[in-house]
Amino acid sequence: MGYVAIKGGGRAIRGAEAALEALRTAEGEAGTPLTLDAIENQLRLLTSRVVSEGGLYHPRLAALAIKQMQGDTLEAAFALRAYRSTKPRLLEAPLQNTGQMRLIRRISSAFKDIPGGQMLGPTSDYALRLMRLDLADESPAAFRKVSSQFMAGVSDSELPDTFPKVVDALRSEGLLPPLSLHHQHAFDITRDPLVFPVPRSAALATMARAETGSLLAIAYSNMRGYGDVHPTIAELRVGYLPVMLPHPVTGEPIEAGEVLVTECEVVAMYESGEQDGPTHFTLGYGACFGHNEVKAIAMAILDRALQKGMRDGPSNPSEDPEFVLLHVDGVDSMGFASHYKMPHYVTFQSDMDRLRTTQAKATEQQGVQA
Amino acid sequence: MNRHYELPLDEAAYSFGFLDEFAKREIRRTILKAISIPGYQTPYASREMPMGRGFGTGGLQLTLALIGANDTLKVIDQGSDDSVNAVNLRHFVELTCPQVDTTERTSEATLIQSRHRIPEHPLSEQQILVLQVPYPDPLVVVEPSEARRKVMHGEGDYSRLLTKLYEDIVQFDEITISHRYPTRINGHYVIDPSPIPRYDVPQLHQSKALVLLGAGREKKIYAVPPYTNAAPLVFDDVPFRIEDFREASGARRACDRCGACDSFLDEMIADDGSKSWQCSDSDYCNEQLAVNASPAEVKA
Repeated sequence: MGYVAIKGGGRAIRGAEAALEALRTAEGEAGTPLTLDAIENQLRLLTSRVVSEGGLYHPRLAALAIKQMQGDTLEAAFALRAYRSTKPRLLEAPLQNTGQMRLIRRISSAFKDIPGGQMLGPTSDYALRLMRLDLADESPAAFRKVSSQFMAGVSDSELPDTFPKVVDALRSEGLLPPLSLHHQHAFDITRDPLVFPVPRSAALATMARAETGSLLAIAYSNMRGYGDVHPTIAELRVGYLPVMLPHPVTGEPIEAGEVLVTECEVVAMYESGEQDGPTHFTLGYGACFGHNEVKAIAMAILDRALQKGMRDGPSNPSEDPEFVLLHVDGVDSMGFASHYKMPHYVTFQSDMDRLRTTQAKATEQQGVQA
Repeated sequence: MNRHYELPLDEAAYSFGFLDEFAKREIRRTILKAISIPGYQTPYASREMPMGRGFGTGGLQLTLALIGANDTLKVIDQGSDDSVNAVNLRHFVELTCPQVDTTERTSEATLIQSRHRIPEHPLSEQQILVLQVPYPDPLVVVEPSEARRKVMHGEGDYSRLLTKLYEDIVQFDEITISHRYPTRINGHYVIDPSPIPRYDVPQLHQSKALVLLGAGREKKIYAVPPYTNAAPLVFDDVPFRIEDFREASGARRACDRCGACDSFLDEMIADDGSKSWQCSDSDYCNEQLAVNASPAEVKA
């Protein structure tokens, strides 16, 4: 064990830790510690956001991070990322088929009727945002009754396993170009730095773990008029995607588990000169871990905008791969914003030296003129 | 969401140096490339560390990739070993590299990680200095696009940067760049030497120690290898100038604590508004105190 040097700075940090912990437990004796189950289930959208921005699908660890960081999504996602840094990459997953998802919700705003039907599922889209005061003092009995009664009379056999994808229908109609058969090697943003220009897969991976608000703000600029994607949602689906991985011995694909994902495909208008062959609608794609619909939609719009920017050169910030991809990561942006709180004594001393010298010279010159 | 995800059992059992071995190998390969092309910003897949981006994660990854059980580490921030961020980084290395010694003495360290300062004590061939970098590219003040800056570096095109310096002189009769002073390495690439004061820039020139610069958030590593030319960008008729620590009378200010007249000083304002100056490098200050001052003169 080495020699350890700690003085005032160390004491200050320990004091800060204690104060933070005191606030976490400030309810005192009347308080009940949050359970990870409660966070994972009752704050499921918060957990979703953290697994998505953390870029690591581990809802349990995400719940712990939310508890530890006292509800700060940026910090919680950051903790998941740092945890992932300690883990080696074991293999590269093959392409996963989102047509195999066990859906909890899927909608299309392009067609009234879609194969398999519109399934609203758990959404607050059409809920009135009126305060439900009955939740303020909810009894455990009432709480438990709700889930036991939901779909009580429905047997498993009545539920469909999967739903066909709307874009497949659009493809068979000739409205979208056929799927390209040659798959490019996927860019792994955890193993390679972004050196521009970057392939589309690098952009998609970066946006998939981007901070929701950052992604939304840039996508919104495109929606409002700094850009012209004008998307129609071909399909938005939320559900559990079976993760197929090669068996370590036989190499045969086996289902290793499932991850909750949100996937959004937007169709945008065709443009002249976009394709060599026949004219088709164009697609924007968004997907991320967890149930994060706004993020998936924003990502799909930006994917479409970036494809245009990569082809023609950007005419708006949302079409500029460098602008979008280097400014949407929550861990990067919040870290840098926070770092301004650290001591900058030396650089400020240096700044003062420049200002004083400039001021002295100005005074000198005024003296000469007078 | 679903119950199949268990918490890791071994929460505290991080491997030596926190990062997985593949990550460390990648960083070491990047370091070799950076040394081979002095001043070139070598991209690498920077990992997220358990402290904020901007708090020295680039420097920390260099340190963790290089450190071994025989190393003695010194960590400073603003020249001080006791600054909260230095304490935090040192504590993290102590936690994840159990056999490593830490020290506050510049001369005892084999590896020095620093933010904003180069130690006053001259470094030796046996030492490596790791500097934490917020902005790796000096061209960012004249060109926001990374792709375009890359081309400018490749072509050795620093004309817009020189124009900025020229315009400063026209407008203020002084170059206004206070720290992060653009410095040409080995006659080609111009680097951002990290937010060290201009006072420290001459130490990079023909340094005996290897100087590695790590930008975690911007995912770049670059190096000033030992015995390499490092020249701050200037004009023939406008010399490079370091911070001015002269009093109104023209005499060089001394550190109020140790009496040294040859160190970078922190300016401090007391409650009554009076000013005092002290060495920013705490180890140098202690060393000078031991050499110079009789006990009666010691103030703090």
